[in-house]
Amino acid sequence: MSSIGLNHFLIISSILFSLGVFGVITRKNAVMVLMGIELILNAANINFVAFSAYGGFPVKGQIIALFVIVLAAAEAAIALAIVLNIYKNFNNVNVDEIDNLRE
Amino acid sequence: MTFTVHDLISLSPVLLIGVGILATLIIEMLVKESEKILGWFTFVLLLSVAYLSLILLDHTALVFEDKFLTGGRVNIFFFLFSFGAAVVSLLSMEYIKKAGIHFGEYYIMLLSSVLGMMLISGATDFIMIFIGLEQMSVCFYVLAGFNRRNERSLEAALKYFLLGSFATGFLVFGLGLIYGAVGSLSITEIVIGYETLKTSPLFLTGTLLFIIGFSFKIAAVPFHMWVPDVYQGAPTSVTALMSTTGKAAAFSALIIIFSPIIQAAYPSFFTPVISVLAVLSMLYGSIVAISQNDLKRMLAYSSIAHAGYMLIGLAAWNEKGVSGVIFYLVAYTFMNLAAFGLISLIEKRDLRGTEFSDYKGLGFKQPVLAGLMALTMFALSGIPPFAGFFGKYYVFLSAIEAGMTWLAIVGVISSVISVYFYLRLIVVMYFDNSDEIVMVTPSTSAMLGIMISVLLIIIMGVAPGSIINLINSTF
Amino acid sequence: MLVEYIPLFLVIAFAIVFAFGTVFSSKIFGPQRPNPEKLSTYESGVQPVGTTHERMSVKYYLVAMLFIIFDLEVIFVYPWAVQFKKLYLDPSVGTTAFYAMLIFLVVFEIGYLYVYKKGGFKWD
Repeated sequence: MSSIGLNHFLIISSILFSLGVFGVITRKNAVMVLMGIELILNAANINFVAFSAYGGFPVKGQIIALFVIVLAAAEAAIALAIVLNIYKNFNNVNVDEIDNLRE
Repeated sequence: MTFTVHDLISLSPVLLIGVGILATLIIEMLVKESEKILGWFTFVLLLSVAYLSLILLDHTALVFEDKFLTGGRVNIFFFLFSFGAAVVSLLSMEYIKKAGIHFGEYYIMLLSSVLGMMLISGATDFIMIFIGLEQMSVCFYVLAGFNRRNERSLEAALKYFLLGSFATGFLVFGLGLIYGAVGSLSITEIVIGYETLKTSPLFLTGTLLFIIGFSFKIAAVPFHMWVPDVYQGAPTSVTALMSTTGKAAAFSALIIIFSPIIQAAYPSFFTPVISVLAVLSMLYGSIVAISQNDLKRMLAYSSIAHAGYMLIGLAAWNEKGVSGVIFYLVAYTFMNLAAFGLISLIEKRDLRGTEFSDYKGLGFKQPVLAGLMALTMFALSGIPPFAGFFGKYYVFLSAIEAGMTWLAIVGVISSVISVYFYLRLIVVMYFDNSDEIVMVTPSTSAMLGIMISVLLIIIMGVAPGSIINLINSTF
Repeated sequence: MLVEYIPLFLVIAFAIVFAFGTVFSSKIFGPQRPNPEKLSTYESGVQPVGTTHERMSVKYYLVAMLFIIFDLEVIFVYPWAVQFKKLYLDPSVGTTAFYAMLIFLVVFEIGYLYVYKKGGFKWD
């Protein structure tokens, strides 16, 4: 308890993951949903870095985290472009109101 | 890490498409009205990639620090992706003009998604699968929303993006846990340590999250909610791409991850999970498809059902099952390409006209198109002697061989249900009539693409043995 | 165990007391002679123009997004730069390390040129 170990990081990442899933499920605003997804990805990043630091593995975990960060940024860019166009067409970014299909 | 000449030759399909993407980017920025040449440029490029992957079938090489494998089964997937995408580029040329999205970027995105698929299918390391998957998915998100003035297209893009990246989140978190349990993401290391990993909860949870992530991508129930909306809303040529090659890429990843895990211990922890997913997808897809009035939506549900049939092969997991799944993927790709190609021809300028009622009396007004559509529907429903029948036959046979006869029986029941909604379209085309005139001007390129697909469906139905032997020879 | 943290808490407490103390002491002890000139936003600076809630052009998001993407992609150069000497001296890697990064940068540059040609960096 006196020193911070692997478990502390795992607990934090699990909390972040759960908060992310909660955010994705409950939020209506598309941007907020996107933030939930980013939380999930960052939870995974904490896992990678923590495991590679405490597990005695080679530094590979940090590199994987870099890849995840970059791909998350690419996703976010695409997402904002889509959301911007949604706003231009629907005047709204609420996920549950953008529901014209299915008819 | 150095490359030998052999490595470079084996990698040439991937390198060619990579250089091709850069070339399309440069053409797009330097040439005015580049979209006119880029269509054919993409087609020729993809055809040459397909040709290269076929002639390099036995050039096996492990490159990029043992992270990427080429040759054999991987090259069959390379061929499937590049040839399927080549047909899609044929179908797209006139369609994107009609839809008002005639930009060169469309082809850049198409090529990049194919590169992503190739990275997935050759991966021997989870990080490679992840990078390939992201590259493919990001391109699909853009392509789905390519028609940015059309509300349906944008809605499809938003839904696809939100659920797709949610799935990616699960997948990455699962990878994190696998990394923690194994200390590496390399599949060979998982095989080495499998005996101890088998009981590690960290590893099992990670793999389960990974499977959930991929179930989103292959559209298996209960992770299918995005499929109908996205397939309906996205531009039809894009739907053709992501429902076929995109699904094949996700399946190739599942084959990669299961091959070491299940070889090591069979029956594995995951067989029940896969079986449940298969049964749910087959029955749900077939039953809900019955009540659909939109053709694209109906095909979306049918694609869920097809994902279920293919999962049977993975659940059975023997050599027959895997080669059956690959055969099924090839068959399914060309059946769906033909179907979506025909839909894109009949679709109106405002992107409406995909309802069943729009097809009334098509058999008399457009006998050629209706005939091809009828043939495709027969093939999709699994009526012999077309490709769809043998796909199902091989997969069901493998289930029986693995002692999972009940799974095959559920599959047969579900195929019988599915015959109803495929034949319903034929009935509408030939036995209903309406006074509405269907104005269709089939373009040469699209007809060429449809003809290639239909021809392949027939060849695979007439001579399935030679193709399954080719697939088997790559094990 | 918490004993170790006492100095930290002391520092935090001191910081809070000091910060609030200095802010409010000037209010309490200092002379108060307000006039319109003194109350303006920048007493001896430029005249303020408009409100803070000004609308930004959507183009701004494009530039910001491009900045983030290019910024993050350069991340891969840092670990490479740190390890370069070691990689170069390793006979099994050698010049491959250099050429790999060269290829990465060429691909990167083509993307940059594409954005430039398409006018992605134009503000208006």
